[in-house]
Amino acid sequence: MDGTHNAKHFVDVGALEDIPPRGARTVKTAHGDIALFRTSDDDVFALRDQCPHKQGPLSQGIVHGASVTCPLHNWVISLESGEAQGLDVGCTPRFAVKLEAGRVLLALP
Amino acid sequence: MNMIVNARKKLVVVGNGMAGMRTVEEILHRAPGMFDITVFGAEPQPNYDRIMLSPLLAGDKSFGQIVLNSLDWYAEHKIELIAGEQVVDIDRARRVVTGESGTIRPYDILLLATGSNPILLPLPGAQRPGVMCFRTVADVETMLAMAAPGKSAVVIGGGLLGLEAAHGLNLRGMEVSVVHLMPTLMERQLDASAAHLLERSLTQRGMSIFTGANTESLDGEGEQGPVQSVKLKDGQQIKADLVVMAVGIRPNTNLAKAADLACDRGILVDDAMRTSDPAVFAIGECVEHNKQCYGLVAPIWDMAKVCADHITATAQTSFVPVATGTRLKVSGIEMFSAGVFMGDETTDDIVLRDAARGVYKRLVLRQDKLVGVVCFGDTRDAGWYFQLLKDEEHLGDLRETMIYGPVAASSDPLESLAHLPDTAEICGCNGVKKGAICTAIAEHGLKSVDDVRTRTKASASCGSCTGLVEGLLKISLGTGYSAEAVKPMCKCTSHGHDEVRRRIKGGMLKSIPAVMQALEWRTPDGCASCRPALNFYLLAAWPGEYVDDAQSRFVNERLHANIQKDGTYSVIPRMWGGTTTAAELRAIADVVDKFNIPAVKVTGGQRIDMLGVKKEDLQAVWRDLNAAGLVSGHAYGKALRTVKTCVGSEWCRFGVQDSTAMGIALEKATWGSWHPHKVKLAVSGCPRNCAEATIKDFGVVATEAGWDLHVGGNGGIKIRATELLCKVTTEEEVMEYACAFLQLYRMEARYLERTAPWIERVGLKYVQEKIVDDAELRRSLFEDFLYAQSFAQVDPWAEEAGCETRGQKYNAMAEMV
Repeated sequence: MDGTHNAKHFVDVGALEDIPPRGARTVKTAHGDIALFRTSDDDVFALRDQCPHKQGPLSQGIVHGASVTCPLHNWVISLESGEAQGLDVGCTPRFAVKLEAGRVLLALP
Repeated sequence: MNMIVNARKKLVVVGNGMAGMRTVEEILHRAPGMFDITVFGAEPQPNYDRIMLSPLLAGDKSFGQIVLNSLDWYAEHKIELIAGEQVVDIDRARRVVTGESGTIRPYDILLLATGSNPILLPLPGAQRPGVMCFRTVADVETMLAMAAPGKSAVVIGGGLLGLEAAHGLNLRGMEVSVVHLMPTLMERQLDASAAHLLERSLTQRGMSIFTGANTESLDGEGEQGPVQSVKLKDGQQIKADLVVMAVGIRPNTNLAKAADLACDRGILVDDAMRTSDPAVFAIGECVEHNKQCYGLVAPIWDMAKVCADHITATAQTSFVPVATGTRLKVSGIEMFSAGVFMGDETTDDIVLRDAARGVYKRLVLRQDKLVGVVCFGDTRDAGWYFQLLKDEEHLGDLRETMIYGPVAASSDPLESLAHLPDTAEICGCNGVKKGAICTAIAEHGLKSVDDVRTRTKASASCGSCTGLVEGLLKISLGTGYSAEAVKPMCKCTSHGHDEVRRRIKGGMLKSIPAVMQALEWRTPDGCASCRPALNFYLLAAWPGEYVDDAQSRFVNERLHANIQKDGTYSVIPRMWGGTTTAAELRAIADVVDKFNIPAVKVTGGQRIDMLGVKKEDLQAVWRDLNAAGLVSGHAYGKALRTVKTCVGSEWCRFGVQDSTAMGIALEKATWGSWHPHKVKLAVSGCPRNCAEATIKDFGVVATEAGWDLHVGGNGGIKIRATELLCKVTTEEEVMEYACAFLQLYRMEARYLERTAPWIERVGLKYVQEKIVDDAELRRSLFEDFLYAQSFAQVDPWAEEAGCETRGQKYNAMAEMV
């Protein structure tokens, strides 16, 4: 986890169970929609819900491994880095997120 | 006196089974025309492959496919076949046999191939209707007549035959229990570890296994009522509409004993397969040679050769039994065993276990030689081990790496395949040997795995030996073989779409993780390309059984609406055959106003499209549309989209048939069906074709005489006009052909392949053979389609709108302000 974020910035946004495995949910914030992804290993990642390509809603893509494929034009975005994979170039901002006792805690900058 | 001298000697064969007929073939091969041959068979059928009764029961084979010698074959070789008549007497002094109907045939040489009888345990209730053995085609027919989904079957005997019977009945939808006396299954072939894995695999397939279980009685009403349950000695009662006893076989020696031939457990034979009477030979499961009886096919083939050598006096050979290996013919379960698999104090074991993959291998070594093998879960190297065992090869350095197979032992995997003998079995499901494959490649100029599959059946069932078949092509053709340009589904696998579909069916794979596990996917959970494809293939293969995986659906199919470039959605309700009403239009207008939907448009498929709906409004929009009777139009799915119609004879002065009614009927029958890609239909009421039916996947054009059916049209990027499938006369025919065509397409086309490229790939003729020429197949495709539809025709909008918990995916999880 990004060490620059102090624990007090983390806000409980829901239970892990609220996000389908290999799926995503969104959180509305002042920074725009944030997509919370849950992988098959129950890791949770937070990215801005916008593909760096044409702003497609990444939360609606298919989650596989630690990546998501954008529903609009099939760009594959790494959930860990936010970077587009393969030959595509672009990056989606990441947000700090952690799991505690089955609760999802999200921190805004 | 008539003095016609027949120079030919008379050979009479008692028993029209595999052993007897193989001997006849060997005789014909050595000395054609030497004998006048008469064959008596107790069963009415020509000679069939008894080993294939299990696949016949499982529905993997038809009877035609397991016939070894057709009636034509007997005629061609001038063999007199007396089928359905049992021989009741041998007069050895006069050299004459008599059949039960009084047929009399003299012989110079008599060959007994009377086989064996299944053992029927003398349990209380064994005489009840519904209690049977598993030995003949008639037994299979009886079982199939009784097998019905939901009914219960108990198989007594957890050996090879019993488990194959259980598997077949399980595939036929019955609740199957296996009752086995010994503590572990197949104890004659498997050690406890392998037996445990086997038991686990069978349990996963829904069978109940009772080991160490002694049967007390077979219970039913009164003395003679049909069997209803099986009672075990420990008091347990198992429901049973059918009881199959598969506890072993006993050589059939009745006829030989009555003729005073020397018998013990079987008919006694010497190394030449000769009985105590030099004019009488015996072969197969009825014989006893050196105190040993045989039930597996390999040694019996050896007997046939020796026997033919002596009958034709062409060679002085002796029957020497060799080690035999056993495989279980249960598709998806890989198991092989041979030799001294249990080991003793003079042997060493090398064991490999991979519990997660369900793989277990045990090699039993005595000094420097391999004397026993058990493989479970992975039998790719079984042929190699078996050869080392039979050849009594000195292992030397091989010992260190042999557990990992010949690939590890040899730098060239093809080398070990090349070294396999012709008798090595390559395809366990269909019992195809290396020699048969190589001969077929050479004789018929086969070039691809598909060619080999069609010609020999090798790798046509579960497909796990595809790699070996490919290797044999490489060895046979050398540089002439270019690996088929099978395009892998995606980067997650090396398998092509067709292979994956075949393995899903053959391997009984019923979930995405099961497919990925069995086909060794390279990624933990696939990618956005293979997951939707697998989800569709599973849905198509197991209707009513497979649980759809929403997370493997593209967003449109997950949210039942079409995502637009700005992240909003378009909503298109179904309008049957392009018809609507004032009430529906009013409801649409109200929804547009209420939810501030920015755009409304009429589509090319005669529907109304509401564009720019926000995700969080979807459920409410559907609720309002549902209230007016409007349902999802599936305009977002790889599914049946629309049936476009013209007004037809109802209004049009040119119309010759009621195309609108036909279109509505087609849409009512086909809506909700999932396909490899979108599917569009159209019905025109006359050849002017106003509904543009000739650029649709399935187009119907009315004529004075009936209907023309067109297929494979496409109006997209690459325009393609349809080709004429056939002409039919009635509405019922239009319906049956349309549904059968859609079913063939959904079962055989690759994901994201529309009907146009699919038909270009397989050819119109192929489709016509299946849909037009083969009425039986068309009927069964039609029924399969209707069966799948019975699960598919659920309005997803009603389902989603009416369900609180499903609301999650349309709404944000939280707001942080």
